[in-house]
Amino acid sequence: MTDTTTKATARRGLGGAVRWDTAVGALFVVLLLCSFSFVDNFGNALNVSFLIGNTLPIALIALPMTLLVVSGEVDLSVGSTAGLSGAVMGALWNEGMSIETIIPLCLLLGVVCGLINGLLVTRLGLPSLAVTIGTMAAYRGIAQIILGSDSVTDFPSQYLDFGAGRIGDTFIPYAALPFLVLLAIAVVVLHATPVGRSLFAIGASEEAARFAGIRVKRLKLSMFVTTGLLSALTGVFWALHYASARYDNATGLELSVIAAVLLGGIDFDGGKGTLGGAIAGVFLLGTLQNVMSLLNVSAQSQIVVTGVLLVVSVLAPRVGRQIAQSRARRKATAVPLRPPAATS
Amino acid sequence: MSLATVRTRRLTLAVATATVLALGATACGGTTKNDTDKKSGSAVTGKADANAETKKGLKIAFLPKQVNNPYFTIADTAGKKAVEELGSTYQEVGTSSGTDTSGQVSYVNTLTQQQVNAIAVSAQDPGALCTALKQAMKNGVSVVTYDSDTKTDCRQVFVSQASAEDLGRTQVQQMAKQIGGKGEIAILSAAQTATNQNTWIDFMKEELKKPEYKDIKLVKVAYGDDDAQKSFQQTQGLLQEYPDLKGIISPTTVGIKAAAQYLSGSKYKGKVKLTGLGTPNDMRAYVKNGTVDAFELWDPNKLGELAARTAVALQSGQITGAEGQTFKAGGMGTYTIGKDGVVSLGKPTVFDAKNIDQYKF
Amino acid sequence: MTTTAEPVRSAPASRAAGARTLIDKMFKARELAVLAVLVVMLGTTQIYNGEFLSEQGIKDLLLNATILALVATGQAVVVITRNVDLSVGSVLGISAFAAGNYLNGGGSPLLAVLLAVALGALFGLLNGALVSLGKVPALVVTLGTLYIIRGIDSIWVGSRQITADALPEGFVGFGHDGIWAVPYLALLALVVLLAVGYYLRSYRSGRDLYALGSSPEAARLAGVPVRGRIMTAYVLCGALAGLAGALYLARFGNVDSATGNGYELTVVSAVVVGGVAFTGGSGSVYGAALGAVLLTSINSVLPAIGVSSVWVTAINGILLLLAIAVDRILALRVAAVLRKKAAQMRSARHD
Repeated sequence: MTDTTTKATARRGLGGAVRWDTAVGALFVVLLLCSFSFVDNFGNALNVSFLIGNTLPIALIALPMTLLVVSGEVDLSVGSTAGLSGAVMGALWNEGMSIETIIPLCLLLGVVCGLINGLLVTRLGLPSLAVTIGTMAAYRGIAQIILGSDSVTDFPSQYLDFGAGRIGDTFIPYAALPFLVLLAIAVVVLHATPVGRSLFAIGASEEAARFAGIRVKRLKLSMFVTTGLLSALTGVFWALHYASARYDNATGLELSVIAAVLLGGIDFDGGKGTLGGAIAGVFLLGTLQNVMSLLNVSAQSQIVVTGVLLVVSVLAPRVGRQIAQSRARRKATAVPLRPPAATS
Repeated sequence: MSLATVRTRRLTLAVATATVLALGATACGGTTKNDTDKKSGSAVTGKADANAETKKGLKIAFLPKQVNNPYFTIADTAGKKAVEELGSTYQEVGTSSGTDTSGQVSYVNTLTQQQVNAIAVSAQDPGALCTALKQAMKNGVSVVTYDSDTKTDCRQVFVSQASAEDLGRTQVQQMAKQIGGKGEIAILSAAQTATNQNTWIDFMKEELKKPEYKDIKLVKVAYGDDDAQKSFQQTQGLLQEYPDLKGIISPTTVGIKAAAQYLSGSKYKGKVKLTGLGTPNDMRAYVKNGTVDAFELWDPNKLGELAARTAVALQSGQITGAEGQTFKAGGMGTYTIGKDGVVSLGKPTVFDAKNIDQYKF
Repeated sequence: MTTTAEPVRSAPASRAAGARTLIDKMFKARELAVLAVLVVMLGTTQIYNGEFLSEQGIKDLLLNATILALVATGQAVVVITRNVDLSVGSVLGISAFAAGNYLNGGGSPLLAVLLAVALGALFGLLNGALVSLGKVPALVVTLGTLYIIRGIDSIWVGSRQITADALPEGFVGFGHDGIWAVPYLALLALVVLLAVGYYLRSYRSGRDLYALGSSPEAARLAGVPVRGRIMTAYVLCGALAGLAGALYLARFGNVDSATGNGYELTVVSAVVVGGVAFTGGSGSVYGAALGAVLLTSINSVLPAIGVSSVWVTAINGILLLLAIAVDRILALRVAAVLRKKAAQMRSARHD
């Protein structure tokens, strides 16, 4: 299936404009259709609600991560921030604090985590990859120090029901509603406001963006803070969804998020991508996993599939572009008198 | 003023508002730990008929803590044999990491979707699987936990490898015998969050309070996270920190193996005693070269088989999981369900140089 | 990999020898700083706990560091070219099992080690090909191969495992014996480290790697065969990960499908702590190896002074942050000095 889309992209090349995110979206729809018609037990409301519920943590973090990657940065500490917020939630709950106080405090903590990342990147000028590998270990370590071996499970049932339940007998988990709101906000911000255009500009050329009067540092800082905030929210959701707050909650989530975002066609060099693509990537991976489990594909084979998809998703558009470029060059040399076409 | 500034300000404002709201909520008194009611007792419904016929053609799924883990492979293979002997079909699913709790939850969901008749699960976390398992039971799936339990109301029966109390206490007795009842000892455990290990360690501490162990001092519990390399370094650290250490108890198969490998290549070989839970195949080399005198374990074959037979008995209506019910487990004899729906396999086996060659797992 | 526009890079050639030695000195200072931290840390622990640096203690420290140091050496070579290889943990795991499986069937230890190295090199070749031919960000590609190789490993290995009693005695003995407190494994790692260090310093193709990392475009224009060099770096990195896998087998006598899981982050941390910058073109393999020794020593120091192991992760992370922050501040200082010198030279010319 992937093969055909690859070829399609390659054939049309640069000008033809089958954008990668559209291709992923189409692939997602095809997968859904196939699954609904051919996979037993896939199509019922309960399974779809499971699918959405299990994919939500990745989707939640993918929102700010897309914005961040578009602006040319990355945050690997999201899983640890989520873990830390869950651990703090558990520890405070054990102290007898009320859950209505704890949740905002956890979100505040996420803001602080994001602020630390952002300040290190924007003020000291450090590469975000290195910074967030560091804070990934640091935040996880602090979570371990705070909660230790505890596993807190006795959160109030109305909250647990919100985290794991669905609306009546429909396929929509309660938690999907706030996500839709956040999704709408993110789409508007990225694609319909000057802030979004600034992010693309920064990702394309930071220098140029600065000269154009965009306050690069401040904007990036606010993106890191948003990422921290939503990671912490994910941590809270995770603890409620799985009814368990442990220091190792959401370990490795950063890789799933990044894999999904990349699959959705967000370019790691910055400046390119759409939220639609990212969300399609997230749910494509989630659905694929669900379907493979239903078809009794072993966990190990699922890992291989994820890896192959990831490699193909970055390789395919580039190979396509290269082929298009070399064609353009050939055409350019065929017509003399004109200077070689400015590609790239 | 640029839009970015507005955005940052808005963010600050939002956070401030959230905090104020939170404090307000506290003032009015929100939901705290004390408000939640605690229920216990296993999830038991309906009546049992010990003489009901054993059903055939059931779909029984095993969900171990980790697939590809040799210990679980042994247990699950025995489970498979028992399931097929009883005329039902067997399947095994699971995560490739032992701490991927979310993965385990989605497997429970998948199995519910596939409408299996019973799930035998070894839980990575006592609480995390609860919602999913309850949903499974609501859909008529029988739930048996084996090796590692969930909270009691999230399953019908727990097939215990040996009572936690027996395991904790016998390991201390074994260690006391090896070091002559005197000296400093330490424990090398798995992850800090490991349910089983923590319960056993609690019982070890209980046992150590007895007067006959007054000369034994437990100096430290170290955590090797069931990772060979970490367990290795933790063993080194223990020996450096406590030069007078006489023995190490490692109640985890990964930990004891790593500790044995370290001791056998160091000057402490034979001088520092090591015992705990290990499999004969892993430990054979170290028992033979004198690093380890004796260690113990239950038979994972029997654990898997009993889990399978319990699952079938539940689906057949021979038991429901209430205390006092009995059922026949094929060639294994008759088992009685104890308090909180626990079925116990019996006392663990001790392996030493004399008998280790009789066991191949 | 994301690289923000860096105002500071190695000095342009025109600024000649003075600048070169200054930068050389700075990097030496950077490695010396890691060494100093290491010495102070070990010294303090020794004062606190007399057993720490006993013969057995030193042997343990060296053994612990060996495997990480080897992988970090390979990783450093890749990072110097402004790339990264996240698949090293998976490569280590699969090579270790391959070697063990071969030994289990009665093969000779030397061939087993070579097999592991060859398998590692093969995966290195795959990574290098994907990165250099596809011109795809290394972070993403090697994240993909991390999953793929780990998956293949798990499918192939299944629930099998290699245990100590399946290995020849001499091989296991090689894993923990040595000359006085210096284990054979550490000696082997040292030889490899010196060889790679010599290659990077004294061979044209080695120097090319630095050029490539400082400015890929400039290197290409200067006639450096970019693809070939990147391939070399990845093959070297893979081969060393494979070698480390064989040594892992000898050392721990125990390999299963999870061996090496999550190792990539430790390796990357060691490399960065050792002063090899993510932005490429700077640092040395010696620094990376020192970083590896420092990180593994912390894991031994904490239990030896009785600090709970829950602190390890947090301390590692903070150390990493400190290392990159210090690097950055140092780089800014050097840049300021260079600017001043350049200004002086200009004004001297005007006089």
